[in-house]
Amino acid sequence: MSNSEISRRRVLKTGAATGAGLALPTIFTGAAWSAGFTNEPTGSTVTLGFNVPQSGPYADEGADELRAYELAVEHLNGGGDGGMMSTFSSKALQGNGILGKKVEYVTGDTQTKSDAARASARSMIEKDGAVMITGGSSSGVAVAVQALCQEAGIIFMAGLTHSNDTTGKDRKANGFRHFFNSYMSGAALAPILAKNYGTDRKAYHLTADYNWGYTTEEAVRSSTEAMGWETVNTVLTPLTQTDFSAYITPVLQSDADVLVLNHYGGNMVNSLTNAVQFGLRDRVVNGKNFEIVVPLYSRLMAKGAGANVKGIFGSTNWHWSLQDAGSQAFVRSFGTKYGFPPSQAAHTCYVQALLYADAVERAGSFNPCAVDEALSDFEFDGMGNGPTLYRAADHQCFKDVLVVRGKENPTSEFDLLEIVEVTPVEQVTYAPDHPQFGGAEATLGTCNPGA
Amino acid sequence: MDAIILQILNGLDKGSAYALIALGLTLIFGTLGVVNFAHGALFMLGAFCAVTLSQILTLSHEVIDDTRTDFLGNPLKVDVPYVYDIFGQAAGDTIIDWAVPLGILFAIPIMAGIGIAMERGLIKHFYKRPHADQILVTFGLAIVLQEIIKYFYGANPIPTPAPDAFIGSFDFGAMLGFDPGSIIYPYWRLVYFLFAMTIIAAVFAFLQFTTFGMVVRAGMADRETVGLLGINIDKRFTIMFAIAACVAGVAGVMYAPINSPNYHMGMDFLVLSFVVVVVGGMGSLPGAVAAGFLLGILESFASMSWAINLVPGINQIIIYLVAIIILLTRPRGLMGRKGVMED
Repeated sequence: MSNSEISRRRVLKTGAATGAGLALPTIFTGAAWSAGFTNEPTGSTVTLGFNVPQSGPYADEGADELRAYELAVEHLNGGGDGGMMSTFSSKALQGNGILGKKVEYVTGDTQTKSDAARASARSMIEKDGAVMITGGSSSGVAVAVQALCQEAGIIFMAGLTHSNDTTGKDRKANGFRHFFNSYMSGAALAPILAKNYGTDRKAYHLTADYNWGYTTEEAVRSSTEAMGWETVNTVLTPLTQTDFSAYITPVLQSDADVLVLNHYGGNMVNSLTNAVQFGLRDRVVNGKNFEIVVPLYSRLMAKGAGANVKGIFGSTNWHWSLQDAGSQAFVRSFGTKYGFPPSQAAHTCYVQALLYADAVERAGSFNPCAVDEALSDFEFDGMGNGPTLYRAADHQCFKDVLVVRGKENPTSEFDLLEIVEVTPVEQVTYAPDHPQFGGAEATLGTCNPGA
Repeated sequence: MDAIILQILNGLDKGSAYALIALGLTLIFGTLGVVNFAHGALFMLGAFCAVTLSQILTLSHEVIDDTRTDFLGNPLKVDVPYVYDIFGQAAGDTIIDWAVPLGILFAIPIMAGIGIAMERGLIKHFYKRPHADQILVTFGLAIVLQEIIKYFYGANPIPTPAPDAFIGSFDFGAMLGFDPGSIIYPYWRLVYFLFAMTIIAAVFAFLQFTTFGMVVRAGMADRETVGLLGINIDKRFTIMFAIAACVAGVAGVMYAPINSPNYHMGMDFLVLSFVVVVVGGMGSLPGAVAAGFLLGILESFASMSWAINLVPGINQIIIYLVAIIILLTRPRGLMGRKGVMED
């Protein structure tokens, strides 16, 4: 009896030890340990998270971003005509997914609200196992989701976000931005404005009362003042404002001869419409024709403002009428699939998806720190806007910036803006510790691979 | 002085929209006793009637123009509106140009239909329910209507211009002897103000000088007694709901050129219009109109630079601040009647 019990205990001990021994290698090859990063793809697929505004005021922009992401996935998996993969200077992508894994995706709705965007991104990371999050259409959202991805150990490839802060004071090692920023808009616009309107101008700024508005006003104001312009007044306007007439009429009473509308989306559509209604464009002040400037344009906004955009200068990250091979390849793919040309939001999102996939291929790993290394100071071409650098110091892309003007005689509903200047990248480049970008205190920190 | 005149004009213009929406709200509250939170959505639906008519008038068939190419390099497909085929290009262009004023004729039957359907299909079931229930159900309806519009028209604003004859602005200052260019006012905003005054006068005249209006006013004072006289007061109240919906609708149609219509414009106006109604006095038509213009003018002045510099954020709180002061000193509002909302 006694022997039997001892024997049984020994059997149990031996079994437990054997089991633990057999299990040990499994533990160390599990997702949580071996690679040491969050959501390591272990099967034959890899999941990307597309977090875009599918409701709220930027829903149309978000829909275009989603179209671009779906096109990018199709191309990465070997479908369609390959789009910009054929013009991209890096040839690491083969059309067989990423590192041989078929690309799948989940989508989330940011609602253009930081808290909703974070909740949606968190769900994609925790429930869907997304290894990278991309998207956006608001700097507030981008900064919030970027911080979340940094904490979670996930790469964030920012979509449309134009505030200096995204790669300025709020920059993160796990976050990357292909889109341009407020400083670049100001630097590209100011010389064109001086050339067309002269250096002796008095500007009145109306500015959206949030992060993006502040950095855009600061960038345009400092750039134009450097050209000799005087800023006579700056007024913040609530984001919820729909009728700007009460803000426009004081402009009539001032001696300003230029109105700068640091507004985006519906705010810009309404403020520009109101400004034109009040005859600002027909005024002559200080012996000069009164002018209006819109620092950040998008085709979708131009469509909303209709004929009011005619002749008005602004900047844009990319435009479908660019004639380089990459842009044309993308326009052809997108236009054939959807029946209309892509917006700048669609372009930057498509490029970000391809750049991430390419970085993983070149790094040979989905590990965020490997991706960080592959993207830092990465130089590429063939994706529109000419040669581009992903600067290591702040993860901001540096490329040529377009200055556009509302077209006087559009030939179609898409033909609303014309490119008047492709500003060379050297003219819009700044030091990583520039005061508008958080100064010397702003740092990326270290990459976080997560789990 | 010219700045003050300009802000008063602005305020009258903004107040016109507030007053028209508040007028409809008060008509519904005064007749049916229903607090209709879907009224802003009716204003938005009116604006989209203008958009829809504009889109109908520009419905086109494609003609291939081999001499030009589209963005993909294919022969350009040119859209030719059907109205060109029917009326010729010159007349067709004029009809398209006048889409917004024509939108009033288009909107009236649609808004009346929507009003009747709303009242008969939903609102009547809440007559005897607490105001909180009415607010919840009508607010829910407003969200449903808003989402339907977003589904079909998208989230971006849709430019809906005024006729060419009313585009631009005129020198109001020169007319009054001020420096030329000091008071510039857009033609269409003046049209909107005059339109609002006409609608307000028409509604008052209708209620004051017609038999129908007299019965409705009697019904508003004592519904049961009017019913005992053998008058179908419910039918008349349904018609009043339809009229209120039409007022909101045509207000939205004419507002479309001022700010491009978008799906949430109703919500933007709703809360402010309710404040207008409360400040004017619940159930008081003259109160709603007077408060609409008063708060519109105050809001305009509060948006001026000196006011914002003096009290930062005053432009965003002025209406609520004034509402608090008026309700503290006159709990029934400016022209409120005793007993209304006091049960």
